[in-house]
Amino acid sequence: MHTEFLMGNAAIARGAVAAGLNLIAGYPGTPSTEVLEAAAKENRGSFYVEWSVNEKAALELAAGASFSGARTMVTMKQVGLNVASDPLMSLAYLGVKGGMVILVADDPGPISSQTEQDTRTFASYSKLPLFDPSSVQEAYELVQEAFEWSEKYHTPVLFRPTTRIDHAYASTLVKDPSEYVHRTPEGFVRDPSKWVIFPRLSYQAHLRIAAREPELSREFSAYSRNYAASSKIDGQLSSSRFGIASHGISFSYTMDALKLLESEGVREASALSVLKITTPYPFPEELALAFLKEHDEILCIEELDPVIERALIFVAGKYHLNVTIRGKLTGDIPSAGENSVETAAKAIRTFLKLPEDFSGAPSPEGSALPPEEMPALPVRPPVLCAGCPHRASFYAVKQAMKGKKAVFCGDIGCYTLGNAMPLDMVDTCLCMGAGLNIAQGIGRIDPDTTAFAFVGDSTFFASAITGVVNAVYNQADMILVVLDNSTTAMTGHQPHPGTGRTMMGQVVDKIDIEAVLRGIGVKTIETVNPLDLEAAVSAVKRVSSVPGVRAVIFRSPCAVLVKPEAPAVIDPEKCINCRRCVRELGCPGLVIADGRVQIENALCTGCMLCKQVCPVQAIGKGGAK
Amino acid sequence: MMSTNILITGVGGQGIVLASKLIAGTAMRKSISVMSAETIGMAQKGGSVQSYLRLGEGAYSAMFPRKTADLLIAFEPGEAVRMLPFLKKGGTAVVNTHAIIPTTASLSGLPYSGDEMLRYLQKADANLILVDGDEACRSLGSARALNMVLLGAALKEKVLPFTVEEVEEVMKESVRPQYVELNARALRIG
Repeated sequence: MHTEFLMGNAAIARGAVAAGLNLIAGYPGTPSTEVLEAAAKENRGSFYVEWSVNEKAALELAAGASFSGARTMVTMKQVGLNVASDPLMSLAYLGVKGGMVILVADDPGPISSQTEQDTRTFASYSKLPLFDPSSVQEAYELVQEAFEWSEKYHTPVLFRPTTRIDHAYASTLVKDPSEYVHRTPEGFVRDPSKWVIFPRLSYQAHLRIAAREPELSREFSAYSRNYAASSKIDGQLSSSRFGIASHGISFSYTMDALKLLESEGVREASALSVLKITTPYPFPEELALAFLKEHDEILCIEELDPVIERALIFVAGKYHLNVTIRGKLTGDIPSAGENSVETAAKAIRTFLKLPEDFSGAPSPEGSALPPEEMPALPVRPPVLCAGCPHRASFYAVKQAMKGKKAVFCGDIGCYTLGNAMPLDMVDTCLCMGAGLNIAQGIGRIDPDTTAFAFVGDSTFFASAITGVVNAVYNQADMILVVLDNSTTAMTGHQPHPGTGRTMMGQVVDKIDIEAVLRGIGVKTIETVNPLDLEAAVSAVKRVSSVPGVRAVIFRSPCAVLVKPEAPAVIDPEKCINCRRCVRELGCPGLVIADGRVQIENALCTGCMLCKQVCPVQAIGKGGAK
Repeated sequence: MMSTNILITGVGGQGIVLASKLIAGTAMRKSISVMSAETIGMAQKGGSVQSYLRLGEGAYSAMFPRKTADLLIAFEPGEAVRMLPFLKKGGTAVVNTHAIIPTTASLSGLPYSGDEMLRYLQKADANLILVDGDEACRSLGSARALNMVLLGAALKEKVLPFTVEEVEEVMKESVRPQYVELNARALRIG
């Protein structure tokens, strides 16, 4: 064993590799992405790594490998599980042979997601065991144990870190490579009674799963990851009639909050005991029952759904216990958003019926804040980077459609930021690949409008191709705009089928987006560099003048991945300070300082879009950077 | 609380993450346990970025509450003010004086003045160290050295349990060889 400073996601990958991983597949999505990347970095040829085309493909791939006896991991963010839910629900019935851990990263806040869905709820729906780590160290250990549970019960299991575990770093005690498990899968053994799902098999599997639930619940009650702890180091259970139940990072916040309260002289805080639930499904009922019997009132500190709260209410009802369960359902914990040490401390204070004198708005007491009011702070919302080709693409479509009735359906990726002012070019955004079909739907009801659907290259491969088939075959009238920057930019530049690279380090034939569209039957396709504004605008105009399903492919690499050119320069003699460049483009590389438009040299990539917008040719290409 | 809490803040792209990694790496080298948390994801180039660091035993989560930071290293004065509620009374704040004007301010014409931020910071109950990081970078000949300049200035305040040499050792292993010499000079200029 040795200690390393590891990111939560890297610790999870390391744990999986230490457990004898044979295959890992996934689709990028914040905050889960680094798990697969860290595993790929560890790979000395002992396992197979793949960024699959989407989460469904990744899960099915891993299912095949697990049927063949391999230990597999699938990685995705919470909304990715929606995509993978079709194979997941059926796989729960078939089960697996080699251990399968499905890593689903939840995102309370949400910080970079469309939903605040709780994979713990998905666990009870799909009837799959779930493991919920509360620290980087625990995540490292727990993922190894998850493989063991998976194989013991021949079932895929869910492993659910949240953003603050995924993206936290900590000194982590890890195994040396000599301590790793090495496994050689036996290969696929034909057995149609096992691997072919049929109603009769599903019926029998359902009986088996139902019988497994109480058995796992009993085992999980004795599992060392579920326990009742006191905030005191000695771990003694307290005699207080108040108790807390928590999970995941909220458990860590709770323990820190109790220490904070103790340091502030709240003696009641040290008497509280905390029930930690690492396996919310199947719920460790016996453990919970013992905890409930010792207390009169329980506060559940959870993020996302009130999973533990509902489970405790169920246990209290089942055993006719006279105990009050508080939490999200009673309004003691906010129903949405993240918890923190401060929100936990505040909730505990209220729970203990103590006066509120800490954890409210920041007061000057104890802080460095001056007594006067804070000045207005600069707002820094996420925007498209300086030099981002998406800015040029949106601007070209905007110019081409000026004065015409049009709707702009967006999708998931960096280009969702095309909604920001001044571009303001995203009218709808739902989920991966949805924009194409939404555009068709709007067109069916509102045929006078020109319906555009913007989709990135990675999203195109992940889930938009079927939408194109749907549009072409059903004679829709719409314009597909593919924003092809040749990478998966939002999540940190992962390869996809259009990039010609794989996670096994191979250079392969790219899948050609034009050829795919042509094969489906899209007859009008224009490919253009969006940074050539005139050419881009006329391409959109040409395409918009014909009926049917037609496409514009804006192709220009992600600005983060190419070496920047010399920054633009503004000729102060020519510049009339009309600020058209700033107003039209909203590029971070253009700032107003001392009352004049200036180029922020540190950010400008020399894309020269502003040069093409300037009415007096005051912007030119600079010298060497 | 037994831990030393450090908050590093600034604007995406300023080199905050590397500064945080160096502090963590140096702590690891000295067998001090460390945890950290960063805001990443939608916060990319140009967004507010924070890195929370906790050195020492006794903490469960990296994200400490307000009023508990021993040291605030701010790469930008507006971001220093934003995170000032985290600094404890009498804590140390190392602040770069150069303001970064966000795109929104340029678009809306809303004024944003770094001087106003600095005036406010000067009234804080803190050991305030103002660093003209831009000037230091000009004299070093590279804008990439800002993180080392500020880290160097923070090391002088003795809140971190390390010497410049100890940080330098870890830096040598974390950056590309061509930047080692520049970073070593930057660590000492602040």
